[in-house]
Amino acid sequence: MLEIKDLSFAVSEEAKEKEIIHHLDLTIENGKFVVITGPNGSGKSTLARLIMGIEKPLSGQILLDGEDITALSVTERAKRGVSFAFQQPVRFKGIRVHDLLRLASGKNLSVSTACAYLSEVGLCARDYIDREINSSLSGGELKRIEIATLLARHTKLSVFDEPEAGIDLWSFQNLIRIFEKMRSEIQDSSIVIISHQERILQIADEIVVLADGRITKQGSPDEILPELIGQTAPVSICQRLQ
Amino acid sequence: MVQLDAIQKRLIEEIADLHSVPSGAYNFRANGQLAGRNTTANIDITSKENGSGIDIRIKPGTKNESVHIPVVLSASGLKETVYNDFYIGEDADVVIVAGCGIDNCGSQDSEHDGVHRFFVGKNAKVRYVEKHYGSGDGKGQRILNPVTEAYLEEGSSMEMEMEQIKGVDSTERTTRCELKAGAKLVVKERLMTHGTQNAVSGYQVDLNGEGATADVVSRSVARDSSSQTFNARITGNAPCSGHTECDSIIMDEGRILAIPSLEANNVDAMLVHEAAIGKIAGDQLTKLMTLGLTEQEAEEQIINGFLR
Repeated sequence: MLEIKDLSFAVSEEAKEKEIIHHLDLTIENGKFVVITGPNGSGKSTLARLIMGIEKPLSGQILLDGEDITALSVTERAKRGVSFAFQQPVRFKGIRVHDLLRLASGKNLSVSTACAYLSEVGLCARDYIDREINSSLSGGELKRIEIATLLARHTKLSVFDEPEAGIDLWSFQNLIRIFEKMRSEIQDSSIVIISHQERILQIADEIVVLADGRITKQGSPDEILPELIGQTAPVSICQRLQ
Repeated sequence: MVQLDAIQKRLIEEIADLHSVPSGAYNFRANGQLAGRNTTANIDITSKENGSGIDIRIKPGTKNESVHIPVVLSASGLKETVYNDFYIGEDADVVIVAGCGIDNCGSQDSEHDGVHRFFVGKNAKVRYVEKHYGSGDGKGQRILNPVTEAYLEEGSSMEMEMEQIKGVDSTERTTRCELKAGAKLVVKERLMTHGTQNAVSGYQVDLNGEGATADVVSRSVARDSSSQTFNARITGNAPCSGHTECDSIIMDEGRILAIPSLEANNVDAMLVHEAAIGKIAGDQLTKLMTLGLTEQEAEEQIINGFLR
């Protein structure tokens, strides 16, 4: 279970402190698939990065299964079971897909197991296992490999920062399928997705709406979605393309 | 291993991945002396009459054979220049593994300058692997100044893998290649310097025949207060294509000078160069840390991958 208590975060802007997250409280129970949404600049990605420890809060606490992890580094949080999928996956010259999956799993991952993770995200494993994670891979391919690294980690909390960003429509259909599968196999772990997409919001157990660094609404898709439709966020793919 | 002590065996393992006497042709040189040699029906190795080096002759049509010619120096204060000539017959397909390991525990400089010349016959294929390695905690410097020359006949191809990852204080590498029609050259250089080391690597590749191609790629890492200079020049004298790339990671107080250059003397010469120098990106470190690696482990993984 993830508990966020009275969390605030600020950045320095023109010698002034600008608060991005204001005294935020949020609990994510085990076995839940939670989508955090809200307009651009509402603090969604910042919140995700605070959970992973990439950003340090101004004040407040983050607890994982009752343990205060606020002061822990990214590495220590990762070892305690927090995973993070980047909005813009990182490229590495020379590091291969198999290497990254091996590092993610923390053990000597066999080719067949690595291939299984790639197949799950809809990549033909044989074509990708030895590919370098460099600029020869498209945004959609990188995104799927990024998700495969989280599958390989099997952690109790997985945070995805806008998984739909930068991928094409065809990849998006696959992405939804991957998340539906993850949701059906969630068991005791929990999944947090930062997203604008209606399709992702529809499969959530719970939707959290963020605006100006505060939670403005929280509830099931049935409660939240009707209110959100027609607003700037979330919008359907067709609406975004118009 | 032939008449080698423990240090020399360790050096051989580092530079040639050899744990025992290799199959095929070989010539071991230790502290300036011949330490073992084997020839085969297709590959002959003879000492030059003036004692300055060896000639390696590979018969035309020789397939899937290898030649190992490692050199180790474990005595402080030893300086030598060795001339080795390789004559690779037409249609041969061989692997040549060279390399030099220096262990210097003394106070005097140790230096090995190997001059390798390759005469690659028509349609022959050569894979050349060269590794340099230094160890020992003496004050004496470990110096390697290799010169590689390759003359590629029509339709031949040569793949060079040059690697110097650790322990060489000073190096000045010179590589010159001349390619005839349809010949192909691929160079993969991997270099890492640390401490106060200095490395200079220069390439001159002349594409003289129609359809000749060259791809010279160097990846390097400069750590601590070491310095590197990469100077690659491709000259296109015929309808040909050439590409050179220098990609470097700079760390600590390191210094890197990259000077890729191109010269076209034919309207159908297509030449490209790229050079990039930068430190390890913060988001690369963060990504690997989100997988549970410490910052130092992440840095090692990034460098290992980069220098693969």
